[in-house]
Amino acid sequence: MPEIATRPGQQRFVAPLDETPLQDVDSVDLSAAPESQWKEAWKRMRKSPLFWISGTLLLVVAIVVAFPGLFTNADPSYENLSDSLAPAREGHPLGFTQQGGDVWARTLYGARASVAVGVFATLFVTIVGVITGAMAGFFGGWVDSVISRLSDIFFSIPLLLAAIVVISIINNVWPERQFWGSVFVVVGALALFAWPQITRQMRGAVLTVKNLEFVDAATAIGASRWKNLVRHIVPNAMAPVIVTATITLGVFIVAEATLSFLGLGLPRSSVVSWGNDIAAAQVLVRSGQHLEVMFVPATALAITVLAFILLGDAVREAFDPKARKK
Amino acid sequence: MWWYVGKRLLQTIPVILGATFIIYALVFLRPGDPIAGLFGEKPVNEGVKAQIEAQYNLDKPFLVQWLLFLKGAVTGDFGNSYTGRPVMELVQQAFPVTITLALMALAIEMVLGIVAGTIAGLRRGGLFDSTMLVTSLVVIAVPIFVFGFVLQLIFGVKLGWVSPTVGGDWSVSKLILPAFVLGLVSFAYVLRLTRTSVAENLSTDHVRTARAKGLSERQVVKNHVLRNSLIPVVTFLGVDLGALMAGAVVTESIFNIPGVGNLAYNAIKRGENPTVVSVVTIMVLVYVLASLLVDLLYAWLDPRIRYA
Amino acid sequence: MRLSRRTRLASVALVAAASLTLTACGGDSGDDSSSSDQVITVDGSEPQNPLVPSSTNETGGGNVIDELYAGLVAYKADGSTVNEVADSIESEDNKTWTVKLKDWEFSDGSKVTADSFVKAWSYGAFIDNAQLNAYFYYPIAGTNDEGNSETPELSGLKVVDDKTFTITLKQAEADFPARLGYSAFFPLPDAAFGSDGKVTKEFGENPITNGPYKMDGEGAWEHDTQIRLVPNENYDGERKPENGGLTFKFYTDLDAAYTDVQAGNLDVLKSVPDSALTTFESDENVQAISEPGSVFQSFTIPQSMPGFGSDEEGKLRRQAISLAINREEITDKIFNGTRTPAKDFSSPLMPGFNEKIEGSEILSFDPAKAKQLWAQADEIKKFSGKFQIGYNGDGGHQAWVDAVSNQLKNNLGIQASGKSYPTFDELRKDVTDRTIRIAFRTGWQPDYPSIYNYLAPVYGTGAGSNDGDYSNKQFDDLINQAAGAQDEDERYKLYSDAQAVLMQDLPAIPTWYTNIAAAAAKGVNNVEFNWQNLPEYHKLTK
Repeated sequence: MPEIATRPGQQRFVAPLDETPLQDVDSVDLSAAPESQWKEAWKRMRKSPLFWISGTLLLVVAIVVAFPGLFTNADPSYENLSDSLAPAREGHPLGFTQQGGDVWARTLYGARASVAVGVFATLFVTIVGVITGAMAGFFGGWVDSVISRLSDIFFSIPLLLAAIVVISIINNVWPERQFWGSVFVVVGALALFAWPQITRQMRGAVLTVKNLEFVDAATAIGASRWKNLVRHIVPNAMAPVIVTATITLGVFIVAEATLSFLGLGLPRSSVVSWGNDIAAAQVLVRSGQHLEVMFVPATALAITVLAFILLGDAVREAFDPKARKK
Repeated sequence: MWWYVGKRLLQTIPVILGATFIIYALVFLRPGDPIAGLFGEKPVNEGVKAQIEAQYNLDKPFLVQWLLFLKGAVTGDFGNSYTGRPVMELVQQAFPVTITLALMALAIEMVLGIVAGTIAGLRRGGLFDSTMLVTSLVVIAVPIFVFGFVLQLIFGVKLGWVSPTVGGDWSVSKLILPAFVLGLVSFAYVLRLTRTSVAENLSTDHVRTARAKGLSERQVVKNHVLRNSLIPVVTFLGVDLGALMAGAVVTESIFNIPGVGNLAYNAIKRGENPTVVSVVTIMVLVYVLASLLVDLLYAWLDPRIRYA
Repeated sequence: MRLSRRTRLASVALVAAASLTLTACGGDSGDDSSSSDQVITVDGSEPQNPLVPSSTNETGGGNVIDELYAGLVAYKADGSTVNEVADSIESEDNKTWTVKLKDWEFSDGSKVTADSFVKAWSYGAFIDNAQLNAYFYYPIAGTNDEGNSETPELSGLKVVDDKTFTITLKQAEADFPARLGYSAFFPLPDAAFGSDGKVTKEFGENPITNGPYKMDGEGAWEHDTQIRLVPNENYDGERKPENGGLTFKFYTDLDAAYTDVQAGNLDVLKSVPDSALTTFESDENVQAISEPGSVFQSFTIPQSMPGFGSDEEGKLRRQAISLAINREEITDKIFNGTRTPAKDFSSPLMPGFNEKIEGSEILSFDPAKAKQLWAQADEIKKFSGKFQIGYNGDGGHQAWVDAVSNQLKNNLGIQASGKSYPTFDELRKDVTDRTIRIAFRTGWQPDYPSIYNYLAPVYGTGAGSNDGDYSNKQFDDLINQAAGAQDEDERYKLYSDAQAVLMQDLPAIPTWYTNIAAAAAKGVNNVEFNWQNLPEYHKLTK
């Protein structure tokens, strides 16, 4: 059993009366099952305007990802040089790329690959990062040492440089890839060297949270170490991770553009993606002409990232009652 | 405390071993033939090729190559690049500019991010908060090379306020614009992290206590909110220094800065194991030292954390 | 199709007469304030090797070496050769050449002798020295196909006296002297060699040279920053410097260099970045230079590629591919007119260029005929699979490869795409190992100004750079005859005949010539480009 003695810096605190109204406590329904944290969070989330705004945006993104053909009749992979940078005309509301592709259609169809790269890479780094970071921070000792050193190793290898080499190697052993194959190669190359960021963040947060009094309280009423970690510490330490993860999502989508710029991203021949189109349009931006060719996929990217960031805020606030506005 | 620092320094050894091993393995597994590449599109004699390969230990098994590198590295000899120059010389030349650039970027993103993030966190939902949300989105959604080009064009060429490129004779003042560009994406992170932390800490018990004690709002924010809010931010910044150095590849090429990012990128393109591994080794050192600093900062920011 | 002035093919005569075309906005050449002691800054990149001619095969070091050293002959801007250090280069049979030297000194005052050449070349060819430029010695007797010799003395070279030596070739070659201005054939002073017979490290850092310029003393090569050259007062040749020195400033990114030209921090940029191609000619901050160049671009279809062999089927398919590409459209839309559609397998800057080679209509755009030829080939054997073009992703080739693929897709109705190799050496490995089974990007920058250099090393049976393993007896015979032909017109005619064979077989699909697209800062004068797509550095003033 860990000691429960008061540590320096910990002050016991009694909430003012108006925050724990007696009448609520007086009418406890003993027969009701205690609500799970998730259920409570969902209840709170439903009341948050943030959640509804981000939810709507994400729904739109999801529909585009699933059914891009609903919004255009143009074929995104058809490119004809004689249409190069041509202005908008009927059926092609936003004009054409330098290669003569339909900007609007390519942006719609590009959502799938880009969102997939962002979401899967973020999921990967978040899951790995939260688990490893929580274990390192909570258990300390040799567990912390091993995880910290491993994350140091992976994080100290420059992401972009490593990704170049990793993709080279995979290209060589697996040259013919279809859509999902290509997506997961990029996801893997980006995520493999990015997870330690979340690990370190989580570790730092857990170090702080595990000394808070409610953990001591939980321990006092007999919660096991595991239960403490999973039920009390991790949820309370998630806030900074969620913030980082939602931004990272956007950063991953853009990183794919940088890889494409170096000829290592998703193959342009078989996959339409925002990153590819942004990379291809950078030459135009540099010369200050036809800015719209980059503007459209970049805006789509910004809106998608916005949706995820807002959702992140909403989720975080729902799980973390402290952050709620009074 | 000193015991802890010593222990952490000892821990860098497995990290350097691990990182050099991985990068050595990756570069070894990479397809391509650096010696054929050296000869461009001209044919090369097999005997000549074997001779050059032997010179750089490329003919030996990968583990032997790695061990030979370690053996040299211990004595401070990182081998020669394919251009015949000692790698140590290349690194010594490239390193100062990159570390300066990264530290400047770190300072810029830290100051701007924490100030803006604190204000946004104190007045959540306000006009400033929303403006900052949009700003950070733009920063994230537009690739860094585009920002680099545009700012270079405006401030370097059109307005002439700063030198558009840096070049070999670099100075701190020339690096301001590149550092700003380099720090932009991380600025978005610092901003959002600070905002969240501040908002969260505003409603914690100890802040309420501080308020109850009758402290002014200013003192509450300064002593009780900010200090606690900075922990995740500091974590991020510590990790970010390494990332900034590695991520400088794009910024370095836009502004023609002869730093390690470029050095490593070009070395990878040429399959130059010695240079790639040496650069990475030094990046690992910087990264590990920065992490150590962060951990020591934790203890200062949050007295509840103790190291032994 | 819009045909601007710069996209039009200039005739040879025109190029020879006036190879400088400034756009209207940048043409204030009558600046009186220019003086001969101004140092000119030009763009370059960190040399990857010591500044020794036989060990430098990349442009970063090569451009500097060309200004530092002088060879037996020098090239004029139009590609014609004049004797430089050589007083005469003569041969009765085109096989054994006798070279007589002028009085000439290195920058330290030591004499340039027959030994200076023979020792330098022997050193470059000797296999143990593993010099990157050894390939250039392959015509000389005593070397193997890669230009290496097994002995430290190259048997094809004989010193007669202090100022005379002979060169014996493996086979007769009438325009052999044209090769001798290339950097691999520059001389080295005795001071270059250490006691072990190898060129010393110190010399490679700060060489003693015999060309228009010399190093600006100890430390003139500031690594990763710049190299400073000053005029060599001992030089009295064809390329007398008209400025007070040259500084090669190193850039890793052309965009950064272009920005410096705009800001006046760099005097001449020899090739503008892709991002400025659309704007540089109307950019008020720079002088723009745009004219045809000597780099030939193509993609090679290896003979081993399924469906594209040397039989009837393969020939038809190659022709169909060539006809399905709209070169005008790509050079216009993707390169903004900074490439010129190819008319042959060499370059319009070469002496003897012929834009009406028999069968060259195969390089024009004819989608209907392309479809028909492809269908004919399909009757012989159905084509299944994908037409891919391999390229190195680090070289800015994606845009045109995508455009070509799209045209093949749209015009032939086949599957076509680019295949990116992350780095140049990965592409080269697949090519040299012959494991590549797709088409791949190829380009040729001439080593010396002769059509022969575009043809023999690239398409000759078993030749060093014949990456597609093309072989045609008729072509080999014609090119050998050309090599031995004394008469210039006869030689040019044979080059055209040899190329007519290539037009039939299309071992590679010619695409375009890379134009010179350069920028100079305001106030820089005499910006003149030569057949190597380089400025005549010694003529620049400001």
